[in-house]
This record gives sequence, C-alpha cells and structure tokens, in this order.
Amino acid sequence: MPIIKVKGLSYRYPGSSRTVLKNITLNIDEGEYVVITGPSGCGKTTLCRCFNGLIPHFYGGNLEGEIIVNGFPVKETSTSTLAQYVGMVFQEPESQLFLLSVEREVAFGLENLGLPREEIVKRVDEALKLVGISHLRDRAPHELSGGEQQKVALAACIAMQPKILVLDEPTANLDPISAVNILNLLQSLRNKLGVTIILVEHRLEAVASVADRFIVMNDGMIVSDGDPRDVLSSTNIEGLGVGVPKVIQLYKDLKRRNVIFNLVPLTPKEVKACLMEVLEFD
Amino acid sequence: MIEISDLWFDYDGFPVLRGVSLKIELGEVVAIMGENGAGKTTLIRHFNGLLKPKRGYVKVFGVDTREATVAELSRRVGLVFQNPDHQLFAETVFDEVAFALKNFGFPEDVIERRVEWVLKMLDLYDLKDRSPFSLSGGERKRVAIASILSYDPDIIVFDEPTVGQDYGQKERLAQLIKLLKSQSKIIVVVTHDVEFVAENFPRVVLLSKGRVIADGSTRRVLTDEKLIRRANLLLPQVTQVAKHLVEFGVPGDLMWVSEIKGAILKVLGRGCT
Amino acid sequence: MNILKGFEFKHGESIIHKLDPRAKLLFSIVLLVISFIFFNPLILLLIFLSLLPLFYISNVLGDFLKTLRGSLFFIILVFVINFLTLDFIYALSLGLRLILIISCFSIFFLTTYPEDFAEALIKLKVPYDFALTFTMALRFVPTLAREAQLIIDAQRSRGLEIEKGSFIVRLKNYIPILVPLIVGAVRRSIKVAEAMESRAFGASPKRSSIVEFSFKKNDYLFIFLTISLLLFSLWLKYYLHLDDILNSYFHFGQFHPFL
Repeated sequence: MPIIKVKGLSYRYPGSSRTVLKNITLNIDEGEYVVITGPSGCGKTTLCRCFNGLIPHFYGGNLEGEIIVNGFPVKETSTSTLAQYVGMVFQEPESQLFLLSVEREVAFGLENLGLPREEIVKRVDEALKLVGISHLRDRAPHELSGGEQQKVALAACIAMQPKILVLDEPTANLDPISAVNILNLLQSLRNKLGVTIILVEHRLEAVASVADRFIVMNDGMIVSDGDPRDVLSSTNIEGLGVGVPKVIQLYKDLKRRNVIFNLVPLTPKEVKACLMEVLEFD
Repeated sequence: MIEISDLWFDYDGFPVLRGVSLKIELGEVVAIMGENGAGKTTLIRHFNGLLKPKRGYVKVFGVDTREATVAELSRRVGLVFQNPDHQLFAETVFDEVAFALKNFGFPEDVIERRVEWVLKMLDLYDLKDRSPFSLSGGERKRVAIASILSYDPDIIVFDEPTVGQDYGQKERLAQLIKLLKSQSKIIVVVTHDVEFVAENFPRVVLLSKGRVIADGSTRRVLTDEKLIRRANLLLPQVTQVAKHLVEFGVPGDLMWVSEIKGAILKVLGRGCT
Repeated sequence: MNILKGFEFKHGESIIHKLDPRAKLLFSIVLLVISFIFFNPLILLLIFLSLLPLFYISNVLGDFLKTLRGSLFFIILVFVINFLTLDFIYALSLGLRLILIISCFSIFFLTTYPEDFAEALIKLKVPYDFALTFTMALRFVPTLAREAQLIIDAQRSRGLEIEKGSFIVRLKNYIPILVPLIVGAVRRSIKVAEAMESRAFGASPKRSSIVEFSFKKNDYLFIFLTISLLLFSLWLKYYLHLDDILNSYFHFGQFHPFL
C-alpha cells in the first residue's frame, strides 16, 4: 500500500487560468527516497505543497483529482493533521525559523500538538542530537549560517516524527559543502528513521547515487519516472533544462563512440569501475 | 579597468578583507569564488563605492573610489544583486528598467530607445507594461539584469546569479555573459557554482578568510584539490573523474566532458577524432 | 543605534539573569509605580543610585549607560520644558523620573531572554497569538534591518542618491526603498505562515509549552524584597509624609524662573 497515492491530480492557483499540475498520477511507497526535478515553473513546488495540504487549504485554488497521503484524503484533511505525518523543509532558511531560539523552534510543532512537557523535552533533545546541532540549542536563528538554519528546520520537522519528509530545494541558498552536508544528513536520517523522503533538487550530482527514484517534471506533467540511471540517461529529458550530471553526459557521449559501460555511472567512482570493466573485457 | 591594491576592510573591528590585491582589464571575464564569509560580497561592494577601503585603495578606470560618489561610480560599474526582490519597486517593467537611466540624467528619447533595446535582448519586451511583482521568479531576475544593462555600464558585476536557477536559465546567463564580453566589457561574477565557472570562465580569483589564495586560469585553480578544500568548494565532477583515473594516465586537471571523453578513448586505445 | 542598547538582551550568568522573568516583571512594575509616587528629586535620585548595583552585578551597566547617554536629549528636553513652565525642583524631579522609567525597563530587557518575556506574558494570561506576534516581531527585526541595508545598496547602485535634493525629492526617493521592504515583508510573512502550518499550528486548542517557570529560593526572596520595597515606599509617602516634608524643605514649587 503506497504511502502517497496521486491519481489524475490537476491544479490551478486562485485567479489563474494556467493549469500548473496536469493530470498527475503517481504512487510513492513507504521508505522510498524520491528526487523530483525539472525546469523552473514545471510544478514541482506546487506538487510538494499538495503533500501536506497547503494546497488546497492554505492556497485555495482549484484542485481536481485524488491525492491520499498516509491514508488521509488531502482534500478533506486539515494541514494541522497532515503535518503530523508529513514534515516540510522549505528553500529559504530564514523564513521558516520564526522564533527566538533554536530550542523553541524545534519544540514549536510539539507544543502545537499539546504534548506533555516531558515528551517535548525528550523529543527536542533527540532531534537536536540526530541532526548534530545540540550545541546550537540556545542560539538565535538570525545568528546562524544558512547551513545551520536548514539543520534547525530539519530538526524541527524530525521532532514531530513524521513518516514522510518533503524538502523543497533545501540546498539552493547554500554553498556546495554545506549542501553536501545537508544531503548526507538526510541520508543518515533516512537510514536511522526509515522515513520516506521526497526531495526537490536542481543539483543532481549529489543525490543521483543515493536516491531510489527520480521523477522529472515539465510543464505540469511527469515526463520521466523511475530508476535514476534510467531516467537520467534517457533521451526524453534532454533539452528540458535539467542539469544532468556530467558523468551521465560522459556515458552518453562514450556510447555514441561505441564505448558502452555496463552500468550508467552516477559517481566518478562508478566511472572508474565501468572503465575497468571495459578494459578487462577488451 | 579595476585596480585593487592591498585592500583592507573590517565591519565593527572584525576584519573581512585582509590585504586584497587584484587587477582586472577590459574584456576580461572573472569569477570570484570562496566560502561563505570569505569576503566576496564585501569585495564587490568596493567596486562601486558602496564601501570604502579602510586601508589600501580601489581604482576604477583610474578613479580612486574614495574620491567619487556611489552614483558616479555606478555609472560605470553595474552591480546586479542576488535577489531581484531587493530592488523591484516600479509600477511597470518599463519604469523599472528606466529607473537607473532616469537617475543618471539620460534624455527621455534615449531612455525609451535603450529600455526597448534591452527588453528585447532579454526576451522581456512583451512584459514591458506588466507589474514587476506579477512576474515569475526567472522573469523578475531578468528584469533586474535588464535594469542594469540598460545604462550600458563598462563593468558588470553579478552577485550569485546562479542561485536557484535551473540548467536552462544558467545556459541563458552564460550566453548573455558571452555577448557582453564581445562588447569588451569587464564581467565579474561572484558564485560558488563550480560547474558553471568551469564551463564559462577563463579566470578565477579564490578568496578565503579575506585573502586572495589563488588568482589565475580556471583550470589551474579549480582542479587543485588543496585550494578547493580551503575555499569550501567541490572539484568539478569531470575533474573528480579525472583524478580517479590518474592511474590510467589521465591528466588530473581536466574540466570538460569532451576532454575526459577524449582521455578515456585514449586509454581504451580507441584513439580520438 | 546606541540608544537601544539598553533594551537589547545581553547573555549572562548573573543572579539577575537567572531570576524568573515574572519576578523581574513584577519588580519593574513596582519600580514604575514608585517612580510616580514620589516627587522629591532627592528620593528619586536615591532610588536611581540604588538601582545601579543591580546593573553592575548583571554586567550590563555599560549598555544601560549607552542608552542613558542616547536618551540625554529627551531627558534634558523634559527638564527644560518643565523648568520654563513650572519650577526648577519640579523639573529636576521629572527628569529623574524619566531616568527611572528608562531604568526599570532597561534592567528587565537586558537580563531576560526575549522569548521568556513572551512566555511570561502568556503565563500572565496574555493570549498566545499576541505573545507569538511579539516574539516574531523581535525575531525579524535584525533581518529587516539587514534587508533594508541591502535594498539601499541595490538602489544606490542604480544611481539613487538619498542624501540629495529638496525635502520633497528626498521623500520621493524613499519609495524605491520602502516598496521592496514592505513587499518583502509581506512575502516573508506568507512563507512564515506556510512554515507554521506545516508544523501543525492550531492543531490542538490546548497548547503546551517546553518552557516551565518555577520559582526558586532567589525568586521568592526577590519578590519578597520587591513587595517590601513597595510597602516601605507607600509607608514613607502616605504615613510619614517624607516626600512632602522634603519637598517643603526644598521649597518645591517656589523656584519658578519667571516669577
């Protein structure tokens, strides 16, 4: 039973005639690590907002079709309920931290749920430790770096023990090393907690090798969906403005020269392994 | 051209730039890179006088920035800020793009011509009567760029232009930079997008903790693991591949897919064309 | 912006820092009341001087004095206006009263975590939404300040000269700065609302809190001292009439400059 079921989903923002999501159908299983990518304006952010009910409840607009998250039909379930199962990390670090200390920020969701204080303290401690920011507990958000702020946002979501984590371009405003740190952290959280991850990203090099599944969107529709190796090397995502990792471009170029790797490489290490196989074969 | 000599700058006693020296000539396209807090943003604010040196000097086309106003310097140095929403305020795209021209005292007919020209160049002509706030993120970014290009500065500085941009948008930006270079302008881009720089920039200045730790050809700088690590950056992916294949005789300083393809073909004895 | 330094929280481990914010709030309110009870400048001065040790042991004396220095203009203004219209001694006491008012808020804000202040308000039955709005406003002040500077830089880089021109021109020049600032603030508030919704804001009508205030020995002592101070002051004023006695001794009301 998939944890997210989407069938024939279409959406228009209020007052807009443009259909931003066009008949989307997709299922996501529990524990999957899915990367959604596509050119700006393709609808990936809009789709994410559907997973925790911000669409349609916060944004209004015209949502057609069916979307069921963790057994709850989104159209009939409030965001405050869905938020207990779906954690969301947004692109801008500053705007999702609105309290005066990291500790209060991480506790906010739990306080909203009315949990007893001992439980809140325990979960906050755990979340801070899992994310590796216990030392930042008493700091104010505006004093932190972008990478640290995103970690706080992550901890604030983790504390609510969601089953699904949705992250909308969380590394866009970060430098490369901070970005890699966050993505590694995500990977370790996934291993430790078994949480389903839906990540919207442009920088595909870092996530190509850790994701289970890639979904490419364009103009409100899903254009490609499947194993990262298949999706990234397929021809139907060419020319869409998707930043296909260089190793994949290399694979394709070599293929055209009759050098066929037995595997579509997703990392430099895999390129070496592929090359060695070809050499052996020769 | 830009001449910076032993530039020191601090915020509230905290040193941000420690003796930066740099020269950029007409027609050059330079990327300034470095970790967060290295001083990149502070450095470019000296180009148009927003910040004045505490020690050392900055000369733009021979003019010492301490002896000119921001408005005077901005006439020749266009600074495109990272977030277009920090500057959009006008009722129409046309007015937005005309703003700088009006401030610099251009006559009405010249303004009209220039605005139309730059709007067409950036594919914004159909939006000229729209409110800038009703545009998409990518369109707003282009309007911000247009508003600087409209008055045709000799030096154009982009602060983190690739953040949040998809691959297609980055391609268009690269084309624009190429076009501006062909007009003999100086282009300076502050970025941490290593792939973008590897593909489009011949020269990189690497800053770390307020100092220039490298200044030279992109190939020499971006493929040097030690330098890259000091600046909190990553090697371009092709370079990472090359370094993995060093034992096969592949040079460790490759940056482009075409190069690594050729090198691999060589290793396989399939020769090159 | 040194005038605000005395109202900005400064980290510390002093006894005052560790006091329960409710006890401190009570103290500040009592101090406010006392500064209005007494009119005699000698008494007011004594009260002020006895406060200074509190600032000292909290290690915030410097910041407080910065605010005092910044407020000097207003203090002198109050003094001068009252001196010219009423009486020298009276003007002196009003000036001192203003200093006391600043002090009683300053000691509170300098030694109390901002979010503890919001929490103290909630414990005093202020509605949660109100306290939250206050907290968020405080949270985004540094962000807004930074953004304002960025916007000013961006517009100056397009030739905007905010220091030049007539009054009307300068007023008009603020539009390119205010519009992006306000639009940005509105945009941000939408993003904040999204983030709040995404963390189940409003899920439960009965909200809990990670913050728990409990009065400790020092707090009870402090509250006791505060109440004693209030009672003592009331006794001095209304039973012993100390204030009136000293006032007549100082010829209160008789030093009108123009009489």
